Amino acid sequence: MRIAIVDESAARASIIEEGLVELHDCEIFVLTDRRALLAEMARIEPDIVLIDLGNPSRDVLEEYFAVSRALARPIAMFVDESDDDAIAASIDAGVSAYVVDGLAANRIRPLIDVCVRRFNAFSRLQDELAEARGKLAERDTVDRAKRILMDSRGISEPEAYRELRSKAMQASKRIVEIAEAVVTAHELMGGK
Amino acid sequence: MSEQLTIGFLPLVDACLPILAQEHGFAEEEGLELSFLRDVSWATVLDRLLYGHSDAAHLLAPLAIATTLGRGRPAQPLSAPFVLGLNGNAVTLRTGLAMRVAPEAALGDPAELGKALALEARARKAEGSLLRFGVVHRYSSHNYMLRYWLAACGVRPDEDVEIVTIAPPFVADALASGEIDGACVGEPYSSVAVDRGVGRIVLATAQIWRRGVEKVLALRESVLEEKRHQTEALIRAMRKAGRHFVDPENWEENARILARADYLDGDPAQILRAISDRLVLERGGAPVTYSDFMFQHNEAANFPWVSQAQWLYSQLLRWDRIAFDPHEAEAAARVFRPDVYRAALRGTGDDLPGANAKVEGGVTGPLAVGMEQGAITLKGDTFFDGSSFDPDDIRQYLARLP
Repeated sequence: MRIAIVDESAARASIIEEGLVELHDCEIFVLTDRRALLAEMARIEPDIVLIDLGNPSRDVLEEYFAVSRALARPIAMFVDESDDDAIAASIDAGVSAYVVDGLAANRIRPLIDVCVRRFNAFSRLQDELAEARGKLAERDTVDRAKRILMDSRGISEPEAYRELRSKAMQASKRIVEIAEAVVTAHELMGGK
Repeated sequence: MSEQLTIGFLPLVDACLPILAQEHGFAEEEGLELSFLRDVSWATVLDRLLYGHSDAAHLLAPLAIATTLGRGRPAQPLSAPFVLGLNGNAVTLRTGLAMRVAPEAALGDPAELGKALALEARARKAEGSLLRFGVVHRYSSHNYMLRYWLAACGVRPDEDVEIVTIAPPFVADALASGEIDGACVGEPYSSVAVDRGVGRIVLATAQIWRRGVEKVLALRESVLEEKRHQTEALIRAMRKAGRHFVDPENWEENARILARADYLDGDPAQILRAISDRLVLERGGAPVTYSDFMFQHNEAANFPWVSQAQWLYSQLLRWDRIAFDPHEAEAAARVFRPDVYRAALRGTGDDLPGANAKVEGGVTGPLAVGMEQGAITLKGDTFFDGSSFDPDDIRQYLARLP
């Protein structure tokens, strides 16, 4: 089976590709460039096209498939009405599938399932990454607040941290919130 | 406690009414809280609507009909109880081509312009290639209006030129690279192309059909029944937003709201052009006023005339080259839901026409129409070639067209 993965996010495309290579006799093509899309489609002649839901090229691609209905290998959106839950899951995960006419649903379903899992895994990874970035930024703020306290009050780093922590406990706030207040106040007072 | 509704949209000026209904508090007055889902492809807007990510969507009217009829995917019945606006699109040509077919920067006579374009198309064909036009979707009024105009001017849209699909935000790029020679697209994307100096606006779709139906608010038929109460509240809120939208006092403020990053993420000055019916046709040119370029409120513009759905169905038959089918014709007509629109506004004093269908293109001068409540005078709804569409006679209408 020839599978085309269309995704402007090269990182996500490679995560899906990696999931699909485990399946038997699949040849996988990754397309990330919008401009060459239709020419590549014509060259590859895929049996299945997997595309991220929000891809800006979807209308262009659907038009190409509409025209392809007159050709030898008509392609249509994969909507197996007997299995609406699976389609809903793929839309929720953010992936649409188009398949060549006549391909049996039981050959398509495992693919879609892998794809859904991989899409979900990718968005989890992104969430985790965003969270990690947030944590790094928080640590930076706390470090700046400690430095301000150490400089202005001549205390040690552990003492500065204890100050921040006890203020946070008294105010039922997170340490980073107190640290932000310290940094902001310092900036307002003309500090750097 | 407000009821929540999620609305899908593409970043175009004619997504204005639900957005402004939320922003100006009209939705809240009707007990609604609206949230929005922006996408860049109609296929995505449609998927989200069909699989429940959104309750309602800003949608191409012909796409709502094609989806109901199962063109290109299994049939799913959609309902359109509110027309989001009439026209608001423009035909933009690459600068060189525009200079040849319309030496003066003006919105000229559509028939004259079409004749000049037909000569260009023929010359290009003789050289072994075709003039290429971009439209936003196969099932769009942009496609149908462009084809209607070309065909009436002696250009066969599928033989003498090439018409391709292109997403609105990429139209300016495609004109710049020469991938297309012209486009029919909604605002602000013609204006974007003009300001980049890659194209000139030569025609407004309002010049092709003075009152051409454009986007609709679409819902799944089952969702409309489940959320009938909220849908009617939304219709009332959008009518209030429309009254605010057409008042010149509010133009600049509304352009600023629509330009925001979470809505159109665009330039308020460009968005203002469509809102105020004042288009800049070529880069650096003076604005040209073309009244009713975009027609969002007056003359009960949001009323879903069943005859509009039937005209769109006639064009779907024409360009998909399929035969008239009485059952399909009925299903297509049923997509537009004047009964819901009436129920929402009955007793509010807002304008409600007496009939659900009319002869489209039949009003050549001011005409007071029979009303259920309120009063309107239609100023004219003609097609540029003088023909009119009788919804009871779709087959004969198609037989008369080129």
